[in-house]
Amino acid sequence: MIELSDLTKRYGAKTAVEGLTFSVRPGVVTGFLGPNGAGKSTTMRMMLGLDHPTDGEVRIDGRRYAELRDPLTFIGALLEARSVHPGRTAYHHLQCLAQSNGIPTRRIDEVLDLVGLTAVARKRPKGFSLGMGQRLGIASAMLGDPRILMFDEPVNGLDPEGIHWIRNLMKRLAAEGRTVFVSSHLMSEMALTAEHLVVIGRGRLLADTSMARFIEENARTSVRVRSPEPERLREALEGAGLAPARRPDGGFEVEGGDTARVGELAAEHRVTLHELSVERASLEEAFMRLTHGTVEYQAHDGGDDELG
Amino acid sequence: MSWDETRRVLLSEWTKIRSVRSTVWTLAAALVVTVALGMLICLLVRNTFNELSPHERMTFDPTLTSFAGTSLGQLAMIAFGILVVAGEYSTGMIRASLSAVPRRGLLMFAKVAVATALALAVGMVTSFLAFVLGQALLGDHRTNLGEPNVLRAVFGGGLYMGLIALFAMGVAWMLRSPMLSFGVLIPFFFMISGILANVSATQKLGRYLPDQAGSWIMSVVNTGDRPYGPWAGLGIMVLWVAAALLGGYLVLRRRDA
Ligand SMILES: Nc1ncnc2c1ncn2[C@@H]1O[C@H](COP(=O)(O)OP(=O)(O)OP(=O)(O)O)[C@@H](O)[C@H]1O
Ligand SMILES: [Mg+2]
Repeated sequence: MIELSDLTKRYGAKTAVEGLTFSVRPGVVTGFLGPNGAGKSTTMRMMLGLDHPTDGEVRIDGRRYAELRDPLTFIGALLEARSVHPGRTAYHHLQCLAQSNGIPTRRIDEVLDLVGLTAVARKRPKGFSLGMGQRLGIASAMLGDPRILMFDEPVNGLDPEGIHWIRNLMKRLAAEGRTVFVSSHLMSEMALTAEHLVVIGRGRLLADTSMARFIEENARTSVRVRSPEPERLREALEGAGLAPARRPDGGFEVEGGDTARVGELAAEHRVTLHELSVERASLEEAFMRLTHGTVEYQAHDGGDDELG
Repeated sequence: MSWDETRRVLLSEWTKIRSVRSTVWTLAAALVVTVALGMLICLLVRNTFNELSPHERMTFDPTLTSFAGTSLGQLAMIAFGILVVAGEYSTGMIRASLSAVPRRGLLMFAKVAVATALALAVGMVTSFLAFVLGQALLGDHRTNLGEPNVLRAVFGGGLYMGLIALFAMGVAWMLRSPMLSFGVLIPFFFMISGILANVSATQKLGRYLPDQAGSWIMSVVNTGDRPYGPWAGLGIMVLWVAAALLGGYLVLRRRDA
């Protein structure tokens, strides 16, 4: 269990994290979502006591990180930036971490095997690919067999097989009753692994909800309908209390309607239809709607509206 | 802070230090450069001894002469100290280290203790080797460990090597970047301190710089130009080292990793 209360971090005048309060529960994968620069990595560094909060605090199983005895046996983390000396072999890297926390030597071989790095255990990570580096980071996180695991964008740089492996690993860890906290800026990725969701934007909490609830609330559906007689169709729909919105292709989008209802209305008014379909807003779109306006580094497409 | 915990962290730091190549390279360079350059100078002095002025012959210090390589060899010791500490920052390893050992004082203590012990051991070997081989090359002008103050100078030469590495570690904890630490320390100890201690305008203060004061321990013949004795000189260096370590500790405690 990780509890954050009123966690705030400022770098000079810049507020990276502001008043975050939430907890991460055991037994499920909790996704930590936010656009670039939202403050996910900063929050995670504060959870590990690496960055000092400007305000508020983090408790790991009720204690501050610095008060944990042998912290690697409580919580293991894969951080965003590599935290490995490229000139120290994978084995020695794990060995020095294990020794400092009284972790038995046999565990080093176990985690190397778990992440599939046994063959390169005696190699220096400077020759490792992105994916191998990521696996070594995961091995470090798993070293102390901790009850809490934290991964900052673990699928970064992994190939499809690696991504699949990470997903299953996280699910398995959660199924074993562990606390799994994983950040991402891809909603679609989280939809596959996370059961709980914490969304932040510009350092502030935007949502703290179960994945199922988030989907239910945010995956709005609408009906797409097109007719050669658009004005008659509009009248028919508006007459029934619906609010059709004009689409660029000449058709309408009807929020909250269902295809059966729209089809029946058209038949009733004898309006010919060329298209009648369901449009599902993707989770990605739901996420973008939620974080819209909190996006730190927003790209502008084309720039027509600014340049006119 | 229990002993068991401290012992584990010391062991971990020992694993870290022995598992990177830079440790071997820098320490080997410190030894080889100091000894080889000392031998070269001793050989030169023996061959040109008759050309020295009478005053120079009167105040000739065979012990100090065999340590002539220290001025260059110490740079490798400094590099060792910098890489042990700042290497953690440049590689990002510090985040893994602090996650494993969140008590920053304990981590710093263990790292510094292990690295200093190693630097002292190599420093002692270097010092005795430089002396023995240097004296062998000095021929008739040589001295030996039985002469007054010679053992103190040779033992002190080893301490000096350890202390200079320790000083570099303190500075590296403050600056964090290897490049910045090299940029500050190498020119300083290679040139600037020597200039400050020899130009008359700054001489009085320049003699209190860490290397100038500390290296006085390696002199056997008192030329009378220092206002402090050999051990007091080393004491001044120890104060500098303590200040650098304190500064490093404060930075480590306060700043984000
Ligand atoms: N050490 C620092 N000094 C100054 N500003 C910082 C520092 N670390 C982070 N920031 C700023 O804080 C904000 C949050 O950054 P953070 O890296 O936590 O975001 P993130 O959610 O992890 O983003 P991403 O998805 O791109 O990884 C950013 O605007 C960043 O520029
Ligand atoms: Mg990040």
